[in-house]
Amino acid sequence: MKAPLLRLDGLTKRFPGVVANEDVSLDVVRGQIHALLGENGAGKSTLVKMIYGIMRPDAGEMRFEGKPYAPANPAEARARGIGIVFQHFSLFDAMTVTDNIALGLPVTQCGPDLSYRIGKLSTSYGLTIDPARIVGTLSVGERQRVEIIRCLLQVPRLLIMDEPTSVLTPLEVDMLFATLRRLSFEGCAVLYISHKLEEISALCGSATILRGGRVIATCDPRRETARSLAEMMIGTTLAPTSPLVAQEGPVCLAVNQLSLPSDMPFGVDLDDVAFDVRRGEILGLAGVAGNGQSELMDALTGERMAAVAEAITLDDTAIGHLGPVERRKLGMAFVPEERLGHAAVPDLSLTDNTLLAAAAGDGLIWRGWVRKRKARHFAERIVATFDVRTTGPQQSARALSGGNLQKFIVGREILLDPAVLIVAQPTWGVDAGATAAIHQALLDLAAKGCAIVVISQDLDELFALATRIAVIAQGRLSQPAPTASLTIEAIGQAMGGGTTAAPVKREPVDA
Amino acid sequence: MLRLEPRRAPSEAMIYATPFVAVALTLAAGCVLFALLGRDPIQAMYLIFIKPLTTLSGRAELAVKATPLILIATGLAVGFRAGVWNIGAEGQFTVGALTGGSVALAVYPAGGPWLLPLMALAGVIGGMAWAAIPAFLRTRFNANEILVSLMLSYVAVLLLGVLVHGLLRDPQGFNFPESRLFQSSALLPVLIPGTRAHIGAIFALVAVALTQLFMARHISGYQIKVLGLAPKAARFAGFCERRIIWGCFLLSGGLAGLAGLCEAAGPVGQLVPALPVGYGFTAIIVAFLGRLHPLGILAGGLLIGLTYIGGEAAQIALRLPAAAIAIFQGMLLFFLLASDILVRFRPVWRPRPRPTASSGPEPMPATTLAP
Amino acid sequence: MDLAIDILIGVMAAATPLVFAAIGEIVVEKAGVLNLGVEGMMIVGAIAAFAASIATGSPTIGVLAALMAGVLMALLFGILTLTLLSNQVATGLALTMFGLGLSSLVGQSYTGMAAAPFPRLDIAGLSTLPVIGRLLFARDALFYLSLALVAATAYGLTRTRAGLVLRAIGENHDAAHAIGYRVVAYRYLAVLFGGACAGLGGAYLSLVQTPFWVEKMTAGRGWIALALVVFAAWRPERALAGAYLFGGISVLQLHTQAVGFRVDAQILAMIPYLVTILVLVLMSADRTRLKFSAPACLGKPFFAAA
Repeated sequence: MKAPLLRLDGLTKRFPGVVANEDVSLDVVRGQIHALLGENGAGKSTLVKMIYGIMRPDAGEMRFEGKPYAPANPAEARARGIGIVFQHFSLFDAMTVTDNIALGLPVTQCGPDLSYRIGKLSTSYGLTIDPARIVGTLSVGERQRVEIIRCLLQVPRLLIMDEPTSVLTPLEVDMLFATLRRLSFEGCAVLYISHKLEEISALCGSATILRGGRVIATCDPRRETARSLAEMMIGTTLAPTSPLVAQEGPVCLAVNQLSLPSDMPFGVDLDDVAFDVRRGEILGLAGVAGNGQSELMDALTGERMAAVAEAITLDDTAIGHLGPVERRKLGMAFVPEERLGHAAVPDLSLTDNTLLAAAAGDGLIWRGWVRKRKARHFAERIVATFDVRTTGPQQSARALSGGNLQKFIVGREILLDPAVLIVAQPTWGVDAGATAAIHQALLDLAAKGCAIVVISQDLDELFALATRIAVIAQGRLSQPAPTASLTIEAIGQAMGGGTTAAPVKREPVDA
Repeated sequence: MLRLEPRRAPSEAMIYATPFVAVALTLAAGCVLFALLGRDPIQAMYLIFIKPLTTLSGRAELAVKATPLILIATGLAVGFRAGVWNIGAEGQFTVGALTGGSVALAVYPAGGPWLLPLMALAGVIGGMAWAAIPAFLRTRFNANEILVSLMLSYVAVLLLGVLVHGLLRDPQGFNFPESRLFQSSALLPVLIPGTRAHIGAIFALVAVALTQLFMARHISGYQIKVLGLAPKAARFAGFCERRIIWGCFLLSGGLAGLAGLCEAAGPVGQLVPALPVGYGFTAIIVAFLGRLHPLGILAGGLLIGLTYIGGEAAQIALRLPAAAIAIFQGMLLFFLLASDILVRFRPVWRPRPRPTASSGPEPMPATTLAP
Repeated sequence: MDLAIDILIGVMAAATPLVFAAIGEIVVEKAGVLNLGVEGMMIVGAIAAFAASIATGSPTIGVLAALMAGVLMALLFGILTLTLLSNQVATGLALTMFGLGLSSLVGQSYTGMAAAPFPRLDIAGLSTLPVIGRLLFARDALFYLSLALVAATAYGLTRTRAGLVLRAIGENHDAAHAIGYRVVAYRYLAVLFGGACAGLGGAYLSLVQTPFWVEKMTAGRGWIALALVVFAAWRPERALAGAYLFGGISVLQLHTQAVGFRVDAQILAMIPYLVTILVLVLMSADRTRLKFSAPACLGKPFFAAA
């Protein structure tokens, strides 16, 4: 038995209306890879922020290397030997790798030899990176390397990894695990946060499971099954979704030679994308974030129009030049990735939020005038059908939890009875219960003859839903193949296009 | 330690309460200001806020001052809700007065019942045309509408100067830089005989009512709100940003132009270089004071109008400097913006987190499940 | 030749207030804050400088008073936008309106007075050089300060740690906060710096350029400085060039009249405003370019849950 490197004792943190962490205690041993396992919203991120000095606990104590530890800010945490790689990277797009790393180091370590030290460290750990590159032009995997290098330069005794694999290709995951094992071997402890059970069993020597902000269990994940871990994490057993029986409907939505330059800084251009979807089919588009998914989504919704109208056809009608309203009128529906601010207006009520999608149909608008009562009934119907937990349709979208809002948004689109539904990251950051409900709703919709496109980073999700899968990498789409004929490895290979960076289209002016 | 804690949803109650909080704070600060200037604060407050309301002429003057403020602010507020920052209403006001007034001068001395509607139309079109410039430059060239519309206000005021010095100068005016007095059929009918309260007040009320209806019930009002709150959601829903921007500019420009015409054909009765007195800027305060809400703007316009009239009275009675009222209005906006924090945040009194350092012995080695 | 030098000196005098104001605003915006109250801070600086130099007879104290006044105005803006998270656009407008009112109130009793002449500061050994000497080395201290400020800001933003952190905060305040930088503190400092600079710009206006007090004498210069920031793509050395361009235009406008062109003075007075619009159009038309040079968090409020 080794003395714990980090000991948390009774940590509690409350926010208005929620207890994020209650009486959380755990020990991390030197050189150990310790998993912190929990669902979205279980309180993992809050706990990490307290350890790293971004938030302060309302109650409880921490000890690091046997000494009291109450960091007032992240600099203090770093000085004590704690490093962190955030889930949403704390990087600055418009700056170079060196600048980004310098910002995370004490001034004394930012001498002129910094670039050299970055190069040396990155070679020795196999984390290849060019220190002079602008971070905005890097792929997600490369950005994670920048964060890891930033931590390692300070020789941490504890490295916190917050959901590190959710944005990586399978190959990149393997490389990351190799790095982490080597760090562990060298004596650095790792606090590994995830909700992915397989990787925890493969990597971690110990696990603490959080649910609803409390510690549910501490265990050795190598001696547990994925199922037992899942049950501890979720707290109930979930009914498995019924798989989709593939139907051979006619082609409904077709995309041909769609090329579209990105309008965002550091965006990815779509390059000759082509696919078609049949009625009753779910087509899965896999890929690491930032490989053209948002651009493709914009092109499919009509938020950005294709250069050639024929690039997108719906039942043989060219729709590439139509805007979102016209496309909705033809029977399309959309669920974009970002819930708050894109798929829903945070400060408007659920009733008002129905109008975003229903503007083109269902009689919510009459000659330009809003029919408030109809809209409210529609919102109530969504809430009832999809079991959205809310105080009522007058509640603002912001006040709903992620899972509930996502159910509301997916429900809004499904109740419009679309012929084609395009969904991006349908369950990103959504709890398991809502995930299961959303998956089932999509399968049911497809069974009724709707053509569905699911864009997702989560391969498990695509394998559970899709009849065929294609991979998007650097703005190019692979040939869709039947899911049954595919393996995770094969898809990982195709996603690997993303391990090398996307070609830089535009450098900042006079950088 | 007083801390701010975010609310889960904006507080409905606070949205309505904060304007009153701001007014109360401004009154308190105003008392301090007047005391510092060596005037009796109670008397100053009475002169500014109560006395004008006690006489018919005072109330009529209030209508005269509040009319342009309400007209302009109603239009501006619609734009502000969409995130379209037209702050050049002063210029649109000036151009509206110019174009509307020019119609009267062009047909002088002819007149008739057809003249005023024609002038009003010209005023609205003038204001719209001036507002169309920033709208075009923003939608076509992405040029910041705040700076463009503001620069155009300076240009409009200079333009008025140029024209009353030249083209529109009164031929019998001994070279004074002002136009001739409008013919009587070019003057707005007076509502209350013996006062200056004119029919423009009705225009303001109609504008408030229609805008209220559109914002609350019409899809275009909804589109404006969505664009302001979440531009990406507006794109997702297929609302045309370009059209909304144009609509906001044309509406606010048109109403400002109408306000300008009402001023020229109302209390002033001619075109003079001093016609733009800052209503276009003060209306921004009115818009925020009214929570960008037409009915709120009605109340806010009356309150700010009162400070103008009361301020004039106080200037004479207390020899208070004219600029004191401008400061007063500025403070009101500051306090309003400051108290807005209460809508999204809740102030809570919480002791500082206690230090977790302990001087106990080194802890016992803990047991873990790790091998 | 003498006329040319006089014109150039006029250009510099007209440009210097813009240089101060634009440099200050660049730092503010680099930190991710949009302060539209430059006009208000400038005019308050102008009257503070004028009043203090009349009261004490010392231009130096006048300059210091302007600096303090600008800082106080900026502090007000900072408290509202950074602590109380008010809308930056609305608060900036309020600051301008408040500043114009305050300066009129204070300035009432100073109308028509003349400030003591601002001392010339000849640089020994250089001021006697032909042409260049008179043009560059026989000027006032504030002029030298404005040039030094451009150099220091350009260096500070790109070459120093503080500049790196400031840019990082303007680029992504959440990430900067997560790493542990005090976003709000840095922003306060930037905003106060911007206020000090705008105050100096105002002082230059009322003490050097036109050494007497006129109500609303800034006449939109604060707004032009804001446009210059866009024109300069947030780079100090380009702001300097832009300010001199505008200085040139406003002086040219005076000299056109002197030469005897029969154009209405008020038409000529429109030129700087119209040029500002033109410049904005030219600089903004390329949206991607603008997105690259503008700080990504510009104008967005920041609140750290603790």
